[in-house]
Amino acid sequence: MRIGAVIRTKGIGKVYGEGTAAFRALSDVDLEISSGELTLLMGPSGSGKTTLLSILGCILRASGGSLEILGERADQLAEGELPRIRRETIGFVFQGFNLFPALTALENVALALDVRGLRRADAEKRAAELIREVGLADKSDSYPEDLSGGQKQRVAIARALAGDPPIVLADEPTAALDSTSGKNVIELLRRLAHEHGRAVVMVTHDPRVLSYGDRIIHLEDGRIVREENGAEQMESAFAVAG
Amino acid sequence: MGLLARRNLFHDKVRFAVTLTGIVFALVLIIIQFGLFLGFTTTTSNNIDHSNADVWIVFHGVGYFDTGRTFSERKFYQVLATPGVAEAEKYMQAFARWQRPDGRIENIQIIGVRPGSSMGQPWDVVSGSASALKEEDAILVDELYREKLGVQKIGDRVEIGGHRARVAGFTRGIRSFTTSPFVYASFKNSLDYTNPTSSEGDVGYILVKAATGVSVEELKKNLNVRLTDVDIYTTAEFSAKTRFYWMFTTGAGLAVLTAALMGLVVGVAVVAQTIYAATMDHIREYGTLKAMGATNSYLYRVLIEQAVWSAVLGYALAMIVAHFIVASSEKGGAVILMPLEMKLGMFVLAIFMCVVAAMVSINKVTRLDPAMVFRG
Repeated sequence: MRIGAVIRTKGIGKVYGEGTAAFRALSDVDLEISSGELTLLMGPSGSGKTTLLSILGCILRASGGSLEILGERADQLAEGELPRIRRETIGFVFQGFNLFPALTALENVALALDVRGLRRADAEKRAAELIREVGLADKSDSYPEDLSGGQKQRVAIARALAGDPPIVLADEPTAALDSTSGKNVIELLRRLAHEHGRAVVMVTHDPRVLSYGDRIIHLEDGRIVREENGAEQMESAFAVAG
Repeated sequence: MGLLARRNLFHDKVRFAVTLTGIVFALVLIIIQFGLFLGFTTTTSNNIDHSNADVWIVFHGVGYFDTGRTFSERKFYQVLATPGVAEAEKYMQAFARWQRPDGRIENIQIIGVRPGSSMGQPWDVVSGSASALKEEDAILVDELYREKLGVQKIGDRVEIGGHRARVAGFTRGIRSFTTSPFVYASFKNSLDYTNPTSSEGDVGYILVKAATGVSVEELKKNLNVRLTDVDIYTTAEFSAKTRFYWMFTTGAGLAVLTAALMGLVVGVAVVAQTIYAATMDHIREYGTLKAMGATNSYLYRVLIEQAVWSAVLGYALAMIVAHFIVASSEKGGAVILMPLEMKLGMFVLAIFMCVVAAMVSINKVTRLDPAMVFRG
């Protein structure tokens, strides 16, 4: 269900350091990410996946090229404007969950709404709904240390959805999970794309999730070297197996 | 925001205990060092500050209390005849030899006052009374020096400068900055004990009180017109001169002041390190908050609220510890003072140190490597 491009990059590049110590992490990345799609970013370590995700998430500035988010030129915005873009348009899911250990599951989700300026009571009400949506209603008062990996990641997804963002960026969200938990999480992310019309971009190494991706973008040495859809990927995987 | 600040602080109890310990240690260290400095400073001028006099007349060139030099009694009568003088009293301060009941010799400072006068009297008399100095051979000593002077109770007999003396009472907390304790006697007896041989006279100081409606400055002016070869100070001036002498002319005061400043530096460093470490423990969480779209001002508020909580709780605990230390110092030779101004100052300092330390770590938070939040 491809609805429309919410992220557009043209000629995006990123160079770390200067002079002889300069290191080019990304080169000429042209990309369109659409609503209603689960896009997988794949590639070996050091291929620039996380750098690209950081740039798409307006956490890191590109060294060159343009970045458009929902029609707004994010690369031209002042530094102080970027948190607004992140708050209003992007939800993040991290490999290490990045939950706040001092807060309960409910409070972790409510915090994302506090950042957006919601009153505490409203934030907790909305957080309870989100926790219920990810199937953890009975764990809302649990602290992260009392949750399994899969449960933590579902709390993290609920948190990412707190601001109702059109874009969800996930960095290897299944890497630290067993196969069942991983499957639950990827299915949840796919549902967010397909049923809620969100653009979900996910960095992954995990071959188990390939079949869930609508698009798979391969990066090597900071460049996009190949793009295929989920069906093509599955076919090539079966061809190799056969 | 407030919830996160408080929870982050209290969640890891060991970390929180370490943070509080650091703050308490720093504050108590600063309180002790500055309290000692204040205590020493106050001790040097205690007799002047408690004299209840408006003006002190001293031999020309005498710069501080403990080095009184005698002058002619005629000056005393000149003072009495000066316009604007309500009262004047002769006052003696001189070193003398004290022979304990067991025969051991100690040096003391005799303070000679007229019993019953409104000026120059011993204060905080805890047994016996100041008026007992009227009695023959009567002296008052401070209970701090019972051991040193070899006297335990009223009625104990000693010799001062070869003359008999009898303990008629004890004071509390009248310390000497020198190693020679103050011993109060009547002015008349103090002359016997100290045997002033100076041909210049037998008055150490003259204490003066201004008449009603006469300002101290006016009184000083009148006295200056009438008297020669003496210096005339207001009580505050002579107190300041004495404090300045002991604190800044001798090495002792500078040593105490240096220790106080070092205490401040070490205290600030400990607090800064403690708060910085506490913030760095949560650095990944702040990175996550940034990724979630939290503005820098949101992060500042979280960190500053944590710092203020740490400061307030650390301060409260430090005050409890400091009160015990201050109370126990009252029984020792070196008193630690903690006046209200110091307590308020320490509160402001605690907040300031913690917030500044948090601001330093904020810089680190606002310059986070964004990739860090994506690492597992």
